[in-house]
Amino acid sequence: MKIADKNISAEKMVREALDKAKKYSGYNIFTFLNEENAIKKAREIDEKIARGEEVGRLAGVPYALKDNFLSPDGQTTASAHILEGFVSPVTATAVKKLEDEGAIMIGRTNMDAFAHGSSTENSYYGPTSNAHDCERVAGGSSGGSAVAVALGIVEFATGTDTGGSIRQPASFNGVYGLKPTYGTISRYGVVAMASSTDCIGFFTKTPDDMDLLMEVTSGQDPKDMTTLPDYYNNTKGMPTEGAKIGVIKDFDNNSVHPGIRKALAQKVELLKSKGHEIVELTMPVLKYALAAYYIIVPAEIASNLSRYDGVRYGFRAKGSEDLDALYKNTRSEGFMPENKRRIMIGNFVLSSGFYDAYFLKAAKARTLIVQEYEKAFERCDYILSPVTPNPAFKLGEKTDDPVDMYLGDIMTVPLNLAGIPGLTVPAGKTESGLAIGLQLVGPRRSDKNLIRFSKELQDE
Amino acid sequence: MEITREDIVHLADLSDFALCDTEIDSLGSDLKGIIGYISQLEELDTAVIEPTYQVFEMENVWRSDEAIPQDANREQLLALAKEEKDNQVKVPKVL
Repeated sequence: MKIADKNISAEKMVREALDKAKKYSGYNIFTFLNEENAIKKAREIDEKIARGEEVGRLAGVPYALKDNFLSPDGQTTASAHILEGFVSPVTATAVKKLEDEGAIMIGRTNMDAFAHGSSTENSYYGPTSNAHDCERVAGGSSGGSAVAVALGIVEFATGTDTGGSIRQPASFNGVYGLKPTYGTISRYGVVAMASSTDCIGFFTKTPDDMDLLMEVTSGQDPKDMTTLPDYYNNTKGMPTEGAKIGVIKDFDNNSVHPGIRKALAQKVELLKSKGHEIVELTMPVLKYALAAYYIIVPAEIASNLSRYDGVRYGFRAKGSEDLDALYKNTRSEGFMPENKRRIMIGNFVLSSGFYDAYFLKAAKARTLIVQEYEKAFERCDYILSPVTPNPAFKLGEKTDDPVDMYLGDIMTVPLNLAGIPGLTVPAGKTESGLAIGLQLVGPRRSDKNLIRFSKELQDE
Repeated sequence: MEITREDIVHLADLSDFALCDTEIDSLGSDLKGIIGYISQLEELDTAVIEPTYQVFEMENVWRSDEAIPQDANREQLLALAKEEKDNQVKVPKVL
């Protein structure tokens, strides 16, 4: 990506990004524009360059921040009413690392409230439109971030991926989107959804940009006990020649859109022509991943979201007689229906009498999913699959049927349960012009090689 | 499995939600659909399988028992609350 230097000023790049953000305001991408601070930071970088001082690897690069990353620039609301008015005194580790290298946040992006959703329609601030068709969803939950990159407003945007929230909107809008290995980037200062599957990642236009962002932000953080010891920058490069690529037979059926099946078949042929070997995989346990996911994740959500009670920060309902009523009124008014569904399902699967049949059962299914991938990666280096069964759907099409909405996550959630990385790679368009993405999946800690190998999927 | 209206009211109470009748009906019907879907895990044979709760290869992480400054101080945190009195967060009566 282009960084500020003697020839192009940071201020010019930031002003251009802000102008584009305003031009595309009809898409409802941003919940906040960081105009004043972004220009101030850009000028500081330009002054450093003028003085001949060293600047960071992302000097003056404008970026968009998903609204669930804490920073003192603007309110951090996770696009939820219950966090309205919350200006964080704390900065997320990932934000600090990006800004230490000179990246400049020009705005906070719209998302499904608390990242609960697959379309950005669950935002308190209304839905974001798809970059290629205004009547269709942006995908979600990181919909605003994906569209901001797809429309060329910013060079990159941050996202979080708990069950596909980076990979799916990346696919719906035709950009790269990475969910790294669990624990690669610190979750400190990011609004928690499901702690055992939440991952921080990015949207970019190229694999090289993705690699640079990973170099900058990965690594162990004493403030997040679940970060892995730094491996990304010490990764031994695997040769990109003669790789073995797994294709999951269970995902190749009529429930997958013909345009997506065609795109996958074309990339398989391309890989063969470049001398890679295709390995057919049968992974029957994956069909249970969605049910396991929608037990484990709501259980963690119910616990993590119990902290929002109207007492210490954010929105507080008016006119409550006593403390119990304050909690109940604040939470009833402050959460979106999808937040309520997930919290109630979480409390159901954890409650006495149902724990063994649901939560414990799902945790055992998770073991089988982890093992299924371990077996697969004994036979291949990477797996190539669709990201979703269908391209972007129409706004409002699935809002009345939560299970139908969940079914679109069937190919993304297994990775989160297993903790392995997945990269959405743009793969053309359907006949009607909707973006298609494919998912390149690797074993744990293969992130750097995965990004590198994704270049093999580019047409010559 | 059968989910009754009382079950939904109980779950709302566990979740600290005050729901109106229409919401109990609509969330109730959604929840029944979701529980119907997730119940398919019954089919999976997990008799000899150990559960997985995290995928981090977690080990206990220790640090020395020393107070370290946090990223936000008392004044900043109190300033976030809607009501404050005598350096404490003010809430309605408890009893």
